[in-house]
Amino acid sequence: MKASNFEQPVSSAHLDNINSSWPDYYDHQAVISKDERLQRFYQAGVATPETIIANTPMVAMDFETTGLSVEEDEIVSIGVVPFSLQRIFCRESRHWLVKPANKLQESSVVIHGITHSDINTAPDLELILEEILKLLASKLVVVHYRFIEREFLARALLRRLGESIAFPVIDTMDLEQRILVKNQRLIDRVLGKPLGSLRLGDCRTRYGLPQYQAHHALTDALATAELFQAQVAHFFTPDTPVKELWY
Amino acid sequence: MQAEQLEIAGFIANYAPFDSLEEAAINALSKQIEVAYYRAGSDILHYAEAIHDLYIVRSGAVETYRRNGELYNRLDMGGIFGQMGLLMNRRVRFPVKAIEDTLVYCIPADLFFDYCDRYETFSDFFESEDNASLRRAVSEQSDNNDLTTVKVKSLLVRDVITVSGETSILQAAKIMTEEHVSSLLVVEAQNKTDPEDGSQGETDGLAGIITDRDLRIRVLATGLDLQTPVAEIMSTDLITLDDEAYVFEAMLTMLRHNVHHLPILKHNTIVGVLVLSDIVRHESQSSILFVRSIFIQPDVEALVHLSQQLPGVFVRMVKEDANSQMIGSAMAVIGRSFKQRLLELAEEKLGPPPIPYCFMALGSMARDEQLIYTDQDNALILHDSYDPKLHGDYFEALANFVCDGLAACGYTYCDGGIMASNAQWRLPLNAWKEQFGRWIEEANPQALLNSSIFFDLDAVWGETKWTKELLRLITDRTKKHPRFLISLARNALNRTPPLGFFKSFVLEQDGQHKKTINLKRRGTAPLTDVIRVHALAVGSRSINSFARLDDIEASNILPEGKVSDLRDALEYLSMIRIKNQANQIEQEQPVSNNVQPDELTSFERRNLKEAFQVINTAQSFLKFRYHAKSPLK
Repeated sequence: MKASNFEQPVSSAHLDNINSSWPDYYDHQAVISKDERLQRFYQAGVATPETIIANTPMVAMDFETTGLSVEEDEIVSIGVVPFSLQRIFCRESRHWLVKPANKLQESSVVIHGITHSDINTAPDLELILEEILKLLASKLVVVHYRFIEREFLARALLRRLGESIAFPVIDTMDLEQRILVKNQRLIDRVLGKPLGSLRLGDCRTRYGLPQYQAHHALTDALATAELFQAQVAHFFTPDTPVKELWY
Repeated sequence: MQAEQLEIAGFIANYAPFDSLEEAAINALSKQIEVAYYRAGSDILHYAEAIHDLYIVRSGAVETYRRNGELYNRLDMGGIFGQMGLLMNRRVRFPVKAIEDTLVYCIPADLFFDYCDRYETFSDFFESEDNASLRRAVSEQSDNNDLTTVKVKSLLVRDVITVSGETSILQAAKIMTEEHVSSLLVVEAQNKTDPEDGSQGETDGLAGIITDRDLRIRVLATGLDLQTPVAEIMSTDLITLDDEAYVFEAMLTMLRHNVHHLPILKHNTIVGVLVLSDIVRHESQSSILFVRSIFIQPDVEALVHLSQQLPGVFVRMVKEDANSQMIGSAMAVIGRSFKQRLLELAEEKLGPPPIPYCFMALGSMARDEQLIYTDQDNALILHDSYDPKLHGDYFEALANFVCDGLAACGYTYCDGGIMASNAQWRLPLNAWKEQFGRWIEEANPQALLNSSIFFDLDAVWGETKWTKELLRLITDRTKKHPRFLISLARNALNRTPPLGFFKSFVLEQDGQHKKTINLKRRGTAPLTDVIRVHALAVGSRSINSFARLDDIEASNILPEGKVSDLRDALEYLSMIRIKNQANQIEQEQPVSNNVQPDELTSFERRNLKEAFQVINTAQSFLKFRYHAKSPLK
């Protein structure tokens, strides 16, 4: 993959292919990014593929959006919870409401409960970008369903700064699918039985994790961090290299 | 600034001690919490390693262990661990293992100590080994209790009406009618100076009391001249009470002395007269009325019929939030009254006794700790002139009459046969002394196992002074025979408390789960056993466990605070037993001492757990104090 490709918002398929060369990608972006905030983000670096997960600082991230289309919809709230394999650090967690350029859809209001009046006073994403990038810098981002957070953030930055962002993520939904497939009984596989549900709450139930209120960005981020700890405790080891987990 | 963790705040707000914190304090705490996940079977804390947090179980379950690996406790949602380590030297005291997949919330140590400093209810909860929350539960229970908080002085509604001893009966009757009172206090001539210290003591001036009843019995019925001075008909042996006394004490005093008027004193000055009707008005459906009606029943059938109202009396007392001492004494007074009335009826039927005797109550009735119904444990002391050929039939008939009557009234026969109807327990006074002497001197644990009940004894009827002789003998001999206490202490270790609760089960020492728990066998009984050993050790002649605890406290044989712990635990366990029985009566179930954990609130379970912990500690101390190495199996 050529370096020039990185300058454009990249599709998920492309990002997944970066995998083993994330450190190279960061080094490159640190040089070519025009925005100072992005330069600092990339300069902070990223784990090498061989780094073991127990030594990797992580941050769980969740967005609530106006809808599911990267092209048309926008971010309305962001929850971020830093953690390690041993502990989740609530005191470092953050939650923001951000003001989308387009009007809120009634249907999405129903889901995340954020109303027009809530976001009327909220800042534009650009005003809090520095804080967000600082929290993400040098940490491995963990999300549940990687096609939302990484792509919405990339698109939001492209709109505002004229340049995008990319970083590796661990996707707990993808991990769960791999785990379910691996543990599916042969007979069920042959019969084409469906795997279990991959929704965040359903995944958590399999690990004895409590029911949390869904669709609050901060709570979902916390829920994702707990799920990842549980997945590693059951199906991986603390010295699993990150290359086996990230995209 | 950190974001609010709504899930965490919402969760901890439901569990003690966080539920006592204001919302802002809970939110601030929830922002600082760390979260960790442990797979089933993994260790959370290792013995002696450094500990940095207080842990709350969010989901799943954990076990804590003693240093020797013995199971200490099992905790599920809302359970807290790590406090002992934090409070001692920030090293793990009880290792912890996840027994299910477990999510824990961790409160950093510095924040934990900060909250202990700032919030009293929070620090009270963690006071190590001090069972503060149990104490709070007990004191809150009594705060809500009308009869133990209402003082006599608040029931005094009339001015004190006094007359001098020279006043004529006619004049006194007129005053009583005008003032609408049923009694008058008679004082000696006013302004009389005390010869000792020159002060004018008004109590010293109090000479007696006349009541409506005196006018009827001593004046009208005898045709006495109405100009006679009241001093000639007044009652002079006055039973008085301090105005700070509780209504409950006034009630018991009236019962004990069979009087209906109690002069009330404040700093030795008469401030009023409390009349039975004041209490009756205050507590309209009271046990006192029930006791009075026992004595007017003409025969056994009528007593049996009356006894069917007893459950109602019991439930009412519980609903009125009486404490365990009040209920225990009231039920004991009622049980004693049944016995007394049955003995009266027996003497009517069989004729007067050929020789003096004393009917004794044993066990819980003697301790004033009886609940609704208990086994009848009783015995007879006979005069030393007892001759089986001459008197045997009479006392056998008397004992059978009483024991059968009690059984018909709901007091079931004693399984162990400790009843006056058993010839073995109808002994002359000297034979009883020899029997007690043998128990104490031979100190055979096996023999003591079934006879410790005899050490809680009280006279019900007849020559009541004989039981005092027996009690004196017990304390005198105990001093000379230390082996007796060792044997008694060993027996007191036979019945152990459960570890506590886990989910809706009782947790046993071996980690097993059982569905119900017998609160008498596993709670109050082992506790009264422990208290009896200490009480005999300090030479106490009290029989009631709370009175014994006062004697034990005065003698300073227990470490500071331990007596309060025992008192709280006994009160709490007794109340749970009592409330459970009241519920069973209301739901028309058979009355028992069995409690199902899932019918308890989480608050009750927590406090019960602490009460069991107190018994456990007390038994360990017993082993150490009396060298009672192992219980007798």
